Amino acid sequence: MTLPIVEAPAVIPGPPGIDAAVTTEWLTAFLRDELLVRREIPRAVLGLSGGVDSAVTAFLCARALGPENVYAFRMPYKTSQPSSLADAQLVVDALQINTRTIDITAAVDGYLQLEPSADARRRGNVMARIRMVVLFDQSAKLGALPIGTGNKTERLLGYFTWHADDTPPVNPLGDLFKTQVWALAQYLGVPKRLIDKAPTADLEADQTDEGDLGITYARADAILAELLLGYSDSQLIERGFSAREVSLVRARVDATHWKRHLPTTAMLSNTAINEFYLRPVDF
Amino acid sequence: MRVAIVQTKPVKGRYAENLRGAREAFAQLAGDAPDLIVFPEAAFTGYFLEGAVYDLALCAQRFARDLARAWREACGERPVDLVAGFYENDDGTYYNSAIYLRVERGGEQIVHLHRKMFLPTYGVFDEERFLSRGRKLGVFETRFGRMSMLVCEDAWHAIVPTLAAIKGARILIVPSASPGRGIEGDRELSSITQWREVLRQAAIEHGVYVIYAGLTGFEGGKGMTGSSCVIDPRGEVIVAAPPLEACIVRADLDLREIELARAGLPLLGDLSAALPDLLLDDELPLPRGVRDAPDR
Repeated sequence: MTLPIVEAPAVIPGPPGIDAAVTTEWLTAFLRDELLVRREIPRAVLGLSGGVDSAVTAFLCARALGPENVYAFRMPYKTSQPSSLADAQLVVDALQINTRTIDITAAVDGYLQLEPSADARRRGNVMARIRMVVLFDQSAKLGALPIGTGNKTERLLGYFTWHADDTPPVNPLGDLFKTQVWALAQYLGVPKRLIDKAPTADLEADQTDEGDLGITYARADAILAELLLGYSDSQLIERGFSAREVSLVRARVDATHWKRHLPTTAMLSNTAINEFYLRPVDF
Repeated sequence: MRVAIVQTKPVKGRYAENLRGAREAFAQLAGDAPDLIVFPEAAFTGYFLEGAVYDLALCAQRFARDLARAWREACGERPVDLVAGFYENDDGTYYNSAIYLRVERGGEQIVHLHRKMFLPTYGVFDEERFLSRGRKLGVFETRFGRMSMLVCEDAWHAIVPTLAAIKGARILIVPSASPGRGIEGDRELSSITQWREVLRQAAIEHGVYVIYAGLTGFEGGKGMTGSSCVIDPRGEVIVAAPPLEACIVRADLDLREIELARAGLPLLGDLSAALPDLLLDDELPLPRGVRDAPDR
């Protein structure tokens, strides 16, 4: 008699999944704890770009703090896509949060006119840093806390402006891959247009994230999730990824460890801060 | 035997304030006071302290006195047994400890002090950088029979609850602080599911009650998973708290269930018989002739 064979299914690595309901509950509790319990600050400010990350952040803040306590700032530069403003408005309308549009063109150009030869990357960085100047000043004005919107994929790939996008003291999405943010967006009811459109930093004309990175978020997230678990490049290739995409992702992660740290401080004593003198952030 | 677990959300580093919180919980329980009240690991300081552990660690006697005073202020001279996790300063050596305290009219007695043996020092954890390891798994007599306390990772090594049960423990008390992670699961964080499986397995295999007290609240972005629970000797979760709320969990334990469970599934007796064969296996990395070694 021939016995039936029960074969273990082949492992096909894909982007990491997410239980959106559990994640929403956890992140809502996190935001309440960081703002209401730990800092006793009832209001949040955030930059609303028209993209999915800031939209999800706004939805979470509205759940955690109430829409009347969320202040969303649209900060266009003269080259920003007009559709970004309209997409941001969809979020404002859906949530009934406070909003204001502050054009950063004059502030950015005030400096860049002294540096007319600055290339697109430098100009983009100046815009990102000016947006943080605005956000932090508005937080002081409103008695609110700036909330970050960066996700785990862009943090790992170093695809952000250091000490700009990563500056706010509280970040709910920083441990979620981009594909998980999309899934969360669907669960939260973020307007479909923002979920479906190609992600862009909107710092240059016709820019898209996936064009800049040279890989789709779905592939990058699948590789990153496994890479972080300790799989070597050769194991990743065995598991079905191409050498090109593995090498691209690995190179970006390895080149940007510094962007995920505070500035390097020369250690000179047995009491060096964060080396010997260690206190948790919430102490 | 009536048990309560106080699933606390301590304010980081504020010992006196957290002690007042315990007193309020005691007052809330005064009307129908339990026989045993269990608090989580690091329940009065918060778990992640880094170097501040040296500022906040206390000697066991002082902690026992403070806890007993909080009880008496709320409930007078009524006797009670209390268990709580705390950072211990033993003459300049620091431990992550759990105390079992008997509070009686006119005084309190430390029935047992367990020093956490497995100090997680990987990933988000950094305990052994600041703390010393406990060296002994104690099983101790209480008015409800023999018990053992396992602090957090102690309970994850299957051999630890096994040895506690072999040494006669009928109830395992597990104070814990577990930072939640794993959002790819189903309806709960995967670290919560894993904890429950670990605890249920210990209860089923050895026919013991398990009382698990989980810390709750966020500590700098790391959310402690609460989920305090009581598991009966057949592995059934008879009560469980939610992950993110400070609350009190109550349960009545019928200790006769232990004998019934063990009669139905006599694995502990089987293990007792086979254990010498397992431990005398010379392929195991165990010290041999340890009692004769001059430096022990």
